[in-house]
Amino acid sequence: MSKIAISLTVNGTPEQVLAEPREQLADLLRGGLLLTGTHVGCEHGVCGACTVEIDGVPARSCITHAGSCDGAVIRTIEGFGEDAVMAALREAFAHEHALQCGYCTPGMLVAARDVVLRLPDADEPRVREEMAGNLCRCTGYRGIVRAVLSVLASRRRAKAAE
Amino acid sequence: MKPAPFAYARPKDWSEALNLLAAGARPGAGTQSLGPLLNLRLAQPDTIADLRHLPDYAGVATADGVVRIGAGTTHAAIEDGAVPGRLGEIMAGVARRIAYRPVRNRGTIGGSLAHADPAADWVAVLPALGATAIALGPRGERRLPTAGFVTGIFETALAADELLRAVELPVLPASARWGHWKFCRKVGEFSKATACVLALPGQAPRAVLAALDAPPLVIEDARALMADPAAEAARLLDSFPGLTAWRRAIAGAALRHVVEQAGVA
Repeated sequence: MSKIAISLTVNGTPEQVLAEPREQLADLLRGGLLLTGTHVGCEHGVCGACTVEIDGVPARSCITHAGSCDGAVIRTIEGFGEDAVMAALREAFAHEHALQCGYCTPGMLVAARDVVLRLPDADEPRVREEMAGNLCRCTGYRGIVRAVLSVLASRRRAKAAE
Repeated sequence: MKPAPFAYARPKDWSEALNLLAAGARPGAGTQSLGPLLNLRLAQPDTIADLRHLPDYAGVATADGVVRIGAGTTHAAIEDGAVPGRLGEIMAGVARRIAYRPVRNRGTIGGSLAHADPAADWVAVLPALGATAIALGPRGERRLPTAGFVTGIFETALAADELLRAVELPVLPASARWGHWKFCRKVGEFSKATACVLALPGQAPRAVLAALDAPPLVIEDARALMADPAAEAARLLDSFPGLTAWRRAIAGAALRHVVEQAGVA
């Protein structure tokens, strides 16, 4: 099957790539662009390990064809180095033991950042509901939920102090 | 797994999309249901026609008491309030419980309805809300009630040469009462039983029972269900003879819950 030309922006860099029509965004990022921070788990949209940002919102890169991302702006876990919310989440994940093997962590962080920004008043049940699309087989989730809640709480404190 | 090879086409307009369809292409929208089927090689189309870039594919417009929702409108947009009023409130509540937010950011209302997974949320909810499906074919638009639209597992009343272009729903009064309940063992997984009911002042309530490995059962006049949910649920569930005992129990519970939520004694 002939390859298709795709232009997209990945972590701020414009990229011109050739992809097979059946190629998923996750495989293009990992195999084509060598951005291996995006992990591939279940490959049917359930586990969340492949979650990246597409045009500013989190999405599953394992069930999004590369061809459908022509013209899109993609941000992978490698693209959040300068992001203050992600920095706070990384620190909270470390502090709360929210990871062990780290396989789910890139997707967890992208999903968690969206929760923190979209739902500033989320409580524990809401955080658990919102993070249910990211599976972790190590931690049992308590640390992950605590980490997200701690970032939410510190942002609320900072806002109240303004 | 990786999908079997296919060709990719991105139609610029609806007539090009219909031509691709006539040539045997499989339409794709958010691919949040089709993508897994491709990855598992349960679907192996020769060509995917990516509908996401068609003009007016996404978006919500209200005129003359009717809300028209473009088939490509995402669940997340509906969750975030794209649909106005009481109807929007009801639909936002449904959308929030579809799969997970990263899936809702891509998945579309039209894709979900046309895909016709019996466990899908809009398959159950749209008939209860009195929605009409707007199909587009070579001879123009055709209006199909969503009650009866899903005819089987992954089967709809769309003709082979038709695409789902939009759904239209009547605006609801603030006094509209609504019940919706589904059973998932884990947040975001496919429902094992779904029920919903809409009660409008001065009209017989309409209920739907769905996600039972069969097309949804639409109960146009649900007064008997409202009056005696337990007895009527038992009678309705006899139209699903293959159900296991626990599934039947959960489906009965779904009907009782929605009657309670809608608050009609």
